[in-house]
Amino acid sequence: MKGPRADHAVIAGLVSPGAKVLDLGCGDGSLLRYLRETKSARGYGIEIEDARIPACVRNGINVLQMDLESGLSGFDPGSFDYVILSLTLQALRNSEHLLSEMLRVGREGIVSFPNFGYWRNRLQLAQGRMPVNGDFPYHWYDTPNIHLCTLADFEAFCAPRGIRVLERIVLHEGRRIHWAPNLRGSLAVYRFSRATG
Amino acid sequence: MSPSAGSVGPVRPQRARFDAPLALRCGRSIAGYELVYETYGTLDADRSNAILVCHALNASHHVAGWYEDDPDNVGWWDNIIGPGKPVDTNRFFVIGVNNLGGCFGSTGPMSIDPATGEPYGGDFPLVTVEDWVEAQARLADHLGIQRFAAVMGGSLGAMQALSWTRQFPDRLGHALVIACAPNLSAQNIAFNEVARQAILTDPDFQDGRYYAAGGAPTRGLRVARMVGHITYLSDDTMASKFGRQLREGGLRYSFEPEFQIESYLRHQGGKFAGYFDANTYLRITKALDYFDPAYETGGDLARALAPARAGFLVISFTTDWRFAPERSREIVQALLRNGRDVTYGEIDAPHGHDAFLLDDPRYHALVAAYLDRVARGLPTGASGEAGRAPEPEARA
Repeated sequence: MKGPRADHAVIAGLVSPGAKVLDLGCGDGSLLRYLRETKSARGYGIEIEDARIPACVRNGINVLQMDLESGLSGFDPGSFDYVILSLTLQALRNSEHLLSEMLRVGREGIVSFPNFGYWRNRLQLAQGRMPVNGDFPYHWYDTPNIHLCTLADFEAFCAPRGIRVLERIVLHEGRRIHWAPNLRGSLAVYRFSRATG
Repeated sequence: MSPSAGSVGPVRPQRARFDAPLALRCGRSIAGYELVYETYGTLDADRSNAILVCHALNASHHVAGWYEDDPDNVGWWDNIIGPGKPVDTNRFFVIGVNNLGGCFGSTGPMSIDPATGEPYGGDFPLVTVEDWVEAQARLADHLGIQRFAAVMGGSLGAMQALSWTRQFPDRLGHALVIACAPNLSAQNIAFNEVARQAILTDPDFQDGRYYAAGGAPTRGLRVARMVGHITYLSDDTMASKFGRQLREGGLRYSFEPEFQIESYLRHQGGKFAGYFDANTYLRITKALDYFDPAYETGGDLARALAPARAGFLVISFTTDWRFAPERSREIVQALLRNGRDVTYGEIDAPHGHDAFLLDDPRYHALVAAYLDRVARGLPTGASGEAGRAPEPEARA
């Protein structure tokens, strides 16, 4: 059997046992399933694609077919321990609003995204072309990724909005990157909360 | 659907008699009554694989299969129920029942009132969704089924499934709530009232005592059905199916049906008035109007559904303007507040409210996937709580 996706394993490491989670853009539900199996976590996934809804059911998770772009108005404030947005941030139209919604309905937020600042992307740009590689498999004309960012961009976004980064894990090909992460890391995972008082 | 999917084949309705009086929400009671039902598939030795299918406004216990002497009379949900179908009768024991007050064989306005020796007619009490669920629970007792694997329905049938989760939380593992609403909107009630007025003002209605006279308020019933039928279809479906098409080449400047939609509605109305009973129609529309589980909790649906222990599959259809997706989302939100296991599918189908009766592959795939988990006794939600049989008495 295939192991968990690299960011799924990292996210599971950030989630406390028995937590109540909401997974935004949950795909086939494999993250929620993994969190249930490894962390006894419970909760719900949100997904828009028709074909993925039965896939979630087959994975035995609660899935709600809804459009993330319309926000999380159906969810009460503080109703989850974690709201997770895994490899979806870059494809959202209304990402700023959704990040604030995540911290309205959840105590903490967890996002993972491909780091646009990774050296290979920079190199391709320096050569005059939009990056096309394993993390960014699309071309400029067919990509769903409209809000790409680097680690530095994300952190600069959080600070003035009262979002406090609690933990940052940067990876490349499944290995932790500690030195020069914005250059050497291709995948970023952040855990964050509302900065209080 | 698997290639082996097929029909349950010829079926035969059965009848159960209940002698204990049933107290109704309206304050009256029924001294004794009969329910007509059909079953498909085989009940397990431990009687744990039963699915109850609740019917909507105009349907009956004839949910799947066909009759030996009437092979064209195919069950109303035959496309989803059968061997290899989403509600797989190779795995589940499926029950369809005609509700109390119905006109397909269960005790209703056409039945003889033992107190008078005459048909109940207009004297038959107004029955509610809750009353139907009570009666269905007695049928379950009669069949030796303590707990359903699932109770399912569309539209008014879904309201019964939802009500089951409140009235008998320990007697079902899952509720499949399809094209539902937590109550009727003013607009919904308004359409029902127009339908009722069409019947009540038909001179042949005679306060509901029309059986003896041998007539029936068919004109009123026909109009009632025409109004109802409009609300089951989407504007898009009507536009694509009929548009402004004329029956004949040009306008005739008369009140005879000229547009295709007019003749379609008249045909539907006429067909319906030929087999349905006006007294039953009046009562079913009232049951719809009265349904409002949150009425007793000051409008708080989450509190109304707090007793529920089932796992839920809630499905809506984007073009359903009678019970729009927002109404299903209200149910989902209430279930989230209670931390229930719930899966919600919003199917982008063009067919309006009627979509729940049609064979949409996305819709059927979702029902199939969900019931497959149920059949295998696997959790349907991340908590894994849903569908679990109630714990034996809690340890002190």
